[in-house]
Amino acid sequence: MERARVTPEQWIETARRVRDDQGRLVALWGADDRDRGAFTVSAAYAASSGLEIAALPLPVRDAAYPDLSGLFPAAGRMQRAIADLLGIEARGAADARPWLRHGAWGAGEFPLRRDFAGSSVGNSEVPYPFVRVEGDGVHEIPVGPIHAGIIEPGHFRFSVVGEKVLRLEERLGYVHKGIDKRFESFTVAEGHRLAGRVSGDSTVAFAWAYAQAAESLLAVVPPTRARWLRALMLERERVANHLGDLGALGNDAAFAFALSQFMRLKEDWLRMNDRVFGHRLMMDRIVPGGVDAAVSAAQAEAILRQAHDLEGELAQLRSIFDEHAGLQDRFLTTGRVTPDLARRLGLCGLAGRASGQAHDLRADHPSDPYGQLDVKKVVYTAGDVAARVNARFDEVAESLRLIRTILLQVPDGETRVELPEAKAGAFGAGWIEGWRGEVFVALEAGERGRIRRGHAHDPSWQNWPLLEHAVIGNIVPDFPLINKSFNLSYSGVDS
Amino acid sequence: MIPIMLKIAKTGLLGEPPPEPSDELRARAAEIQSGILEALGRALVIRHVDAGSCNGCELEIHAINNPYYNLEGLGIRFAASPRHADMLLVTGPVSVNMERALCIAYEAMPGPKLVVAIGECGCTGGIFGESYASRGRVSNVIPVDVAVPGCPPRPIEILRGILTAIRSTQTAGKAP
Repeated sequence: MERARVTPEQWIETARRVRDDQGRLVALWGADDRDRGAFTVSAAYAASSGLEIAALPLPVRDAAYPDLSGLFPAAGRMQRAIADLLGIEARGAADARPWLRHGAWGAGEFPLRRDFAGSSVGNSEVPYPFVRVEGDGVHEIPVGPIHAGIIEPGHFRFSVVGEKVLRLEERLGYVHKGIDKRFESFTVAEGHRLAGRVSGDSTVAFAWAYAQAAESLLAVVPPTRARWLRALMLERERVANHLGDLGALGNDAAFAFALSQFMRLKEDWLRMNDRVFGHRLMMDRIVPGGVDAAVSAAQAEAILRQAHDLEGELAQLRSIFDEHAGLQDRFLTTGRVTPDLARRLGLCGLAGRASGQAHDLRADHPSDPYGQLDVKKVVYTAGDVAARVNARFDEVAESLRLIRTILLQVPDGETRVELPEAKAGAFGAGWIEGWRGEVFVALEAGERGRIRRGHAHDPSWQNWPLLEHAVIGNIVPDFPLINKSFNLSYSGVDS
Repeated sequence: MIPIMLKIAKTGLLGEPPPEPSDELRARAAEIQSGILEALGRALVIRHVDAGSCNGCELEIHAINNPYYNLEGLGIRFAASPRHADMLLVTGPVSVNMERALCIAYEAMPGPKLVVAIGECGCTGGIFGESYASRGRVSNVIPVDVAVPGCPPRPIEILRGILTAIRSTQTAGKAP
């Protein structure tokens, strides 16, 4: 990881260089560093050499920074969130509507400023101007924030003609619960619990990214066995989520058989997590300095057996999917994101790989033990629901292979090291390929081991805007299917 | 079609008793069904509202709909509208941004308006607590009948919470 303090000119130069080099924007966040004379805005990039962070100090009186959304469109919403939370703005950005501020705090109040004394407005409704589509026969369908199902909340505004979607506009932020601010009440050694609850379905990925950030901040190295067990948990989390999605995707195409079968397999999988790790989702098992988990030889044996059985089940179910004409008719060409659009807008993770974006941290910038596992990237170019379904089948198969290799090669030894107290001002970052995509955590220590600034980034930030594109020209009843094929996190971006 | 039928036949019925607590539940399936009928005069219909959860609880609420827990066999199902619901299953600390939507959903329900708060956050505000963005526990915003702790609670505990709420209507005589 490289971190450099930059000038406004270098801020743009860095972004341009990364973009021209086929790099990506990973995350964007701000901090109130007025006690050191300035606000700071930071950008993390995936450059060819790895993670690169640019930190731009901003004068207190004129706290604005050059807009990045022209170079990286994904920056748009992140910049709006920074403006809501800190009152520092992206100069020249086309869209300056509030994003997270729905009315929980006032226009002149900024929760991430250190002198924020709490909201003075109770809960006022801030009107939100959606983009209107006009024309003969165009009408709007508003959906949410509460959706029809067991799903997270968010608002979707469809502009349609008949059944055809002309435009979708998302408005999120409903489950904003102030996580970045909350980090400030934890010490570096205990913040993993909060990070593991940014998006529950990615709790392992977030906890690992947090642990990585804390360990780089504290300059400690977790024991080898702990790193291997982390990878075991990360792959188990990937398999669990992919199984759930494959079932739900079948169900959204009216193939209830798939839901029953995959939910059964997922339940077996989660019960094994419970038996081995003491938690079905493996929450709080990755801690700064190592893992809070032990896998006995008998348990390893049971996991190996389960992986073997699942492989057989999946082969059967995949051939049923492949040969089901009705299902394939719903999947193929539905919700397409072309590789070109995916590249320009920065689609990442699983959905990115289904649209030709061949990025997977486990293969591109492998941290231990992935460097020894030779992870095969799963890449499709069709970019439709079918590609995202196939990518999930392939990734489960690859994860099962990884799980087997890990269990056969995991070394014995310690699983946790003691942590020193964090030095004020020390910085660390973590970057992990979760099942959905790249999870990123930045951490800065304050006095007495406390967190001065913690920022957790979910890959859904990059991918939500692409969903708006994926549905254009599709029919409204295909939206749930398309949406599920991305399966993005609301909590992860609202945080 | 043949592979699908074969797979279904081979998978068989999974609604067998899962580990301990549900053995007890299963043995009393008939009693539970009659309890629901007595309390509500019909099957139990649930509307779930995520009021600010991290989505961990949602995963486990999904899980109670899997074949192992045989939810519909007990006469319980999830509905898309609060107007069709006897019970609101609420997860998360209530985010300020979801407060209004949650209240509207609650008001839209017909009586007896059972509310079950799911998870540590629903019970106490959990790790997110109360802040500029969070109202904390669900009962800070709407009346709660039963609160199920756990982060997230296991499916069997969610199911137990739902059944406890039904039973509490019988004993407390919360009239529809």
